[in-house]
Order: sequence, then C-alpha cells, then structure tokens
Amino acid sequence: MASYLLKRLLATIPVMIFVAVFIFMLLRLTPGDPAALIAGDFASDAQIAEIREKLGLTEPLLKQFFIWISDVFRGDFGESFYFKKQVSELIAARIEPTLSLSMVTIILTVCIAVPMGIIAAYKQGSWVDRIVMGFSVLGFSVPVFVIGFALVYIFSIQLNWLPVQGYKRLGDGIGPWIVHLVLPALALSVIFVAFIARMTRTSMLEVLGEDYIRTARAKGQTETKVLTRHALRNAAVPIITVIGFAFAILIGGVVVTESVFNIPGLGLLTVEAVLNRDFPAIQAVVLLFSLIYVLINLLIDLSYTVLDPRIRY
Amino acid sequence: MLKSLSRRVLMGAAAAAAMTIGMTANAQLALAETVLRVVPHAGLKILDPIWTTAYISRNHGYMIYDTLFSLDADGAIQPQMVDTVTRSEDGMTVTLTLRDGLMWHDGTPVTAEDCVASINRWGGKDAMGQKLMSFVDNLSADGDKNIVFTMNTPTSLIELALSKPSSNVPFMMPARIAATPGSEQISEYIGSGPYKMNMEEWEPGVKVVYEKFDEYVPRSEPASGFSGAKIAKVDRVEWTPNRDIQQAVNALNAGEVDIIESLPPDLHPLIHDAGKAYIKDSNPPGLQYTARFNVLHPPFDNDKIRQALLYAFNQEDFLEANIGHADFYKTCKALFGCGMPFESTAHMDGLLESNFAKAKELLAEAGYDGTPVVLMHSTNVPVLTNLAPVAKELMEAIGMNVDMQSMDWSTLVARRSKQDAPADGGWNMFLTAWTMGDLINPLTMAFLNSSCDKALFGWPCDEQMEELRDQFARAGTADEQKKIIDAIQARFVEYPTHIHLGQWNTPSALANNIDGYLQAGVPVFWNIEKK
Repeated sequence: MASYLLKRLLATIPVMIFVAVFIFMLLRLTPGDPAALIAGDFASDAQIAEIREKLGLTEPLLKQFFIWISDVFRGDFGESFYFKKQVSELIAARIEPTLSLSMVTIILTVCIAVPMGIIAAYKQGSWVDRIVMGFSVLGFSVPVFVIGFALVYIFSIQLNWLPVQGYKRLGDGIGPWIVHLVLPALALSVIFVAFIARMTRTSMLEVLGEDYIRTARAKGQTETKVLTRHALRNAAVPIITVIGFAFAILIGGVVVTESVFNIPGLGLLTVEAVLNRDFPAIQAVVLLFSLIYVLINLLIDLSYTVLDPRIRY
Repeated sequence: MLKSLSRRVLMGAAAAAAMTIGMTANAQLALAETVLRVVPHAGLKILDPIWTTAYISRNHGYMIYDTLFSLDADGAIQPQMVDTVTRSEDGMTVTLTLRDGLMWHDGTPVTAEDCVASINRWGGKDAMGQKLMSFVDNLSADGDKNIVFTMNTPTSLIELALSKPSSNVPFMMPARIAATPGSEQISEYIGSGPYKMNMEEWEPGVKVVYEKFDEYVPRSEPASGFSGAKIAKVDRVEWTPNRDIQQAVNALNAGEVDIIESLPPDLHPLIHDAGKAYIKDSNPPGLQYTARFNVLHPPFDNDKIRQALLYAFNQEDFLEANIGHADFYKTCKALFGCGMPFESTAHMDGLLESNFAKAKELLAEAGYDGTPVVLMHSTNVPVLTNLAPVAKELMEAIGMNVDMQSMDWSTLVARRSKQDAPADGGWNMFLTAWTMGDLINPLTMAFLNSSCDKALFGWPCDEQMEELRDQFARAGTADEQKKIIDAIQARFVEYPTHIHLGQWNTPSALANNIDGYLQAGVPVFWNIEKK
C-alpha cells in the first residue's frame, strides 16, 4: 500500500510538468498582450514596450519558462501582472470561497442524492422511482444559472429569506457564511443530485438482485439494514467514484455559479486572469486545479480499499 | 437535581442576555456607521491612476486624491486645492497658491513641493500634461504654499490641463510618492481627498473600502460637478463589483446594495417596477462611440476613402443597434460632443447621414480598388459588440470589401498596437467608446493627436492638425479657442482621424434612500447622503 501510494505520488510529477509546459506554451501562443491591457487606452507604443520589458515578456520563451518553473519549484508562483500581488496570496484569498461552496454543495448533494437513489432502486417502477428519474432528467437539462435565478427570485426577492448575492468569510461567523452559501450550493447541487441519484439507483439495482441480499433478508435482517449495510456498501464503489469526480469538477468549474452569486472564488479569478492575460495567475491556477484533480483521483482509488476489502494495491 | 438544573438554566439565560446585550450594543455601533455599498463598473486592481488610464482607477483616484482645479457642473474651471492664481503681466510667471488646511491622510500638511512633484509625474505621463510641460521652463515651489510656473510661452493651458476630468487626472500626491517614476506603479496610497483607502480590507478586483477622512477641509462653495465642497456624508464606502448585472439589480431591490454605477437601459424596467430605487445619470453627456482608422495601410492611407466613410456612416444605426432605447442616446455631429464646452457643428453639414451616392463618388475619385478592410470586431464587451457589424454593412453598401474578424477585447487591444500590414496580423479599423470627459478639447481627444509615430494606434500624421492643436494650447481667450475648434473641425473633415458615432448614456441606479449623487461626469461619492 505504501509503495503504491509512493508510486502514485511520484507519477504526479510528470503529469504536473506536462501541464506546466502545456499551459505556459498555450498562453504564449494565444493572441493578446498583457502589457497593452495594463497600459490602458492612452498608452503610447513606447509605454507598452516598457511594461512588456518590465514583465519579462521580451525574454526568449525558453528563458521565460525556466525562470518561471524554477521559481515554481521554490514555491514562488510569481507576481500577478494585473493585480500586482503575489499569485500565492491571490489564490489563498480566493480558495476559501470556492472550497466552501464546493464542500457545502457536495455535502448537500450526497445527503439528498444517495437516499433518493436508494429509495428509487428499492421502489423500482413505483411513482417514487418515476419522480426521482424525472427529477434526474430535469436536473441534467436545466442550466445552473437558470436554477440560480429561479432560487433567487423565490427565496430572496419574493420571500426575502436569503441574500441575493455575495460571500461572507468563515471568520465572520458560521451564520453569515452558511446563509450566503445556501442558494449557490442549492443551485449547483441540482445537476449533481440528478447525476449521483441516478448512479446510486443503478448501482443499487445491480446489487439488490444479488444472492447475498436474498440471504440477508432470509436471515431476518430489517430492510433498512439490508439496504444500508449489505446493498449500499457493495454498491458504493461507483458512487464514491462519481462523488469524487463531482468534487473535482466543482472546484474547477464553479465559474457560472460564482458569477451569478458574486462569490469571489477561484472561478472568477480564473476568468479575470484569462481576460486580462495575467499569465502568472492563469499558470498557477491551472497547476493548482491539475494537482487537485490528481490528488482526488488518488483519494478515490485509495477509498476503494476501504469500501471493498477484495481490492488491494 | 432541580436546583442544579435551575442554576444551569439561569446561568444560561444570563449568558444569553449578556450576549444579546453585547450584540445589541454592537448592532448600535454598526448602525451608527453609515455604509454606502456600491457596485462599480469593474473591479479595482490597479491603484495608480497616473500609471494606468483605466476608468476604475480614475474613479478610485477621485475617492482618495484631490486636484488643484476642477470642472463644475457647467464645465467651467474652478479652483479646488488652489486658493488664488496670480499671473505676471507678461503671462510668463504663474503662481498657484494652495488654500489653508489641506492635509494628507497620514496627517502631514500638503505642501507646494508635493504638488510640484505630482505635476511633474503626471506631466511626464499624460498627453495633455506633456503638452502643458512643453510650455513650462521651470516648475518650482516657493515656500509651502506657492507653486510657480515659469513659462516659455504665455498660455491658459495651466488651469485647463490641471482641471482635466478624465484619465489621466492630475491628482496630487505626497512628494515621496510622486517621486516614483511614471513607468512604475506607486506603492503607497496616501491622498488628501475626502475619503481614505482602507488597505487592510482591499481585495484586488473583489472589494475596496474607503473611510471618511475626518481632517478633510472642504471648500465653502456648494458641491457642483467635481468642484466645490467635497463633504463625505457617509462614514464608509464599499465597492463590490458584480459581473452579473441582473443580480446586481436584484441585490439593489433587496436592499443589499445602494448604488449600481452603470445600468444598461434594458434593465431599467426592473428598477421602476420594484419601486425601491431610481435612475440618475452621473454623466449626462455620456459616452461617444468612435470608429478608428489605421492610416498606415491601404485603403485608409487615402484621405478621400476615409472622407467617404464620413458620408457613408450615420450615427442612428450604430446607436440603435447597440443602445436600442432612444431615451439613452442622441445623435450629435459636434466633434467635441453635445452639451460640452466646445460643442460646435461647424463644417459638419451633410456628413454622417449615410449619403451613399456622395460616398461612392469619393471612393471613385480615390481610385478604391477593392482592397479589403480588416475590421476588428470585439465580441465580449456588450456595449461594443454590435458596432462592427453595422460598420461592415454600411461599408459594403458603398461597395467596399470588408473582412470582419471577431475576437475578444483583450486580443483586439493587443492587435491594435501592431503596425503590420492587415494581411500580416495588422488591422484597418476598429470601433470603441470614450467617456465625454476624455473628448472635452483637442488636447484631451487622444484620437485627434496626429503626430505620426507618437500618435495613438492608427497613427495619423498631419502637420496642420498638430499646428492647430498647438494653437489651441497657446490660445489666451475662450473666443480664440472656439475659433480654433472650428478650424480643427474643418481640418478633421479633410483629414479624418476617426469618426464620431453619437453619444449614449448608462445611468446609475440608486436606492430610494440615497440622495446627493452629483452629476460630475464620473461617479463621485462625496455629497451623497444615506437617509
């Protein structure tokens, strides 16, 4: 197990190097000049050239890359072209809202989707099953921003229960923090609830037909125990896999939700960095997202050993 | 058991009461502080309004800095930090004396030396500042209060330049900060304006907080435009941008924000229907759409072909396609804008009326051979998106060959600075917008600068235009300036550097309890009360 873990961790290094080279080259080949954007509309060509030189963009590409990558290895992601702050500081400030939103969303999703899937499987073919499946189709079909606006209209504008937009840091108190996360997390969780409920139903249906479930029932186990201890545990591997991927997607893909609810997270930072051609910020964020994906994948793989004793690495 | 339970209950109740009292006290403290919550048009990222021309940095400048002169609501120049102006008889020495009580946010007094350093930094960076400094032999401080200009040519440009309302605004900073070279950003943000910045709460692009500067001494005149008494009537101003303007409206109607700086007309019904806010424009002259030529390459290296477009284009089509609501735009043939100090329609008769016959005639005279026009089309700035397709259609209507290339604004900005041939990654035309404060006179109107390589992208090159701009700078009286304006318009028609495509507005939305929002041309937050 330890050697497997070590191997997997070592395998992340070439992946990260590939991502670093790819994103660095992609940004340099994309049209757009950060210096011209920073200088503003009235800047002369000479002023733009001066800024370009100060940003180090006049150096040969290879030299730029090696300066950047050696700084990254020292833990220095450089200074943002546009925000004039260390990129690590920017990310540190923006990661809390994104992680908060992702965590609350995934907790909400799991709490709703897994029971929904279990019940739908248990009551296969019934009206409950049909409602769950109908919701799944709807959840897949409606864009997040539409759900977001609908929730805002109902809970903020009509009922005045929850704030329309904004984010409060956890340091400002759990109350304001959670109140500002309820609507965005609800909006974001709909598609994941739809997906995970469907996945749970399918996995449970496969398991519920197995002999050991019949045996458990024959031994007089309650239906709750049959469903949770025998069926769900055996159906958990694909469900956990999907939940893990959902979390990874959430962290890197909450741009629209952050935009609609004005949450200053990594998604909005990424959009601003791309629009302003802020190379150091984009590079660092992409590297961070890649690392998160790799680590979540690893955690998912490791979780299999806990859920299914037959799996050994 | 019962006793112990009762004691616990009592202790709990006491603790809860104490907490409640504490919370109430805190709430009262919080109530005592008035907070103005603003949704600005963009997030503030760059804090040096001399280093960048970004409007959001300019607006930030107005919060924390002050200016020597400023424009009132009628566009007249008024002293601001200055108390008196003294001119020698020959006009070669001009002394500006600072008024009493001016103080930096760090508690030190504002001195003439600080202002000299600030003017020098701005004068080295801003085009109008450079023009002013070209008339100045020496700029020095005489004691703590007197700023002395020794001129090489008499000019009334000092007040005109130092009251420049839009980017780059000549904001005053302490000498140690203004000593920063213009090519580098300042790293300390101390001004003498009515608000000071709270650096601890600044999150770049996300939130900026300003607090009332208690030591600010306002002028005695009433507030008007940028001039008069700048009284901070709220304790704290918070700027929190919102990319989703629909959500900003929802937040305004729900009482979560107080002001949306810029609201597209199509969302106004949401404000009117809810009845919780109202619309007011801080910038009645608004903005102007502009088509910019690149004169380096065919076909627009030919004056007659550019003239043809002055006849082929009409403002209504551009305004209707982009703004769509007649209450929020107006056609205006005056090059320097309608409702502006130098409004004039001299020499503009017959232009901008889509006279295709005349345009075709000029194209034929110019010998237009079908050379394609590379038209850059910006796709991600909503107020600009529909401009290029209209331009394309009008150019095609007179038989021009148009290659419209769509791109995001960032790509367009990078490409417009390239002097390469259009086929090699250069360009022929793009369309943009300027706030009218930038177009107030021939020296601030950047697209009129025709100094060849030193001119802005598009690089017009015309000695006559440059001579006229110089004459304007040297003009001693308003009448003289107006005559030169007419001459500039005459030359503009012969040598078009760009085409002005009408004025439009994006007013602000304010909660019903907000009063005192000034019509300055730029959103300013002094004089505003939250009732």
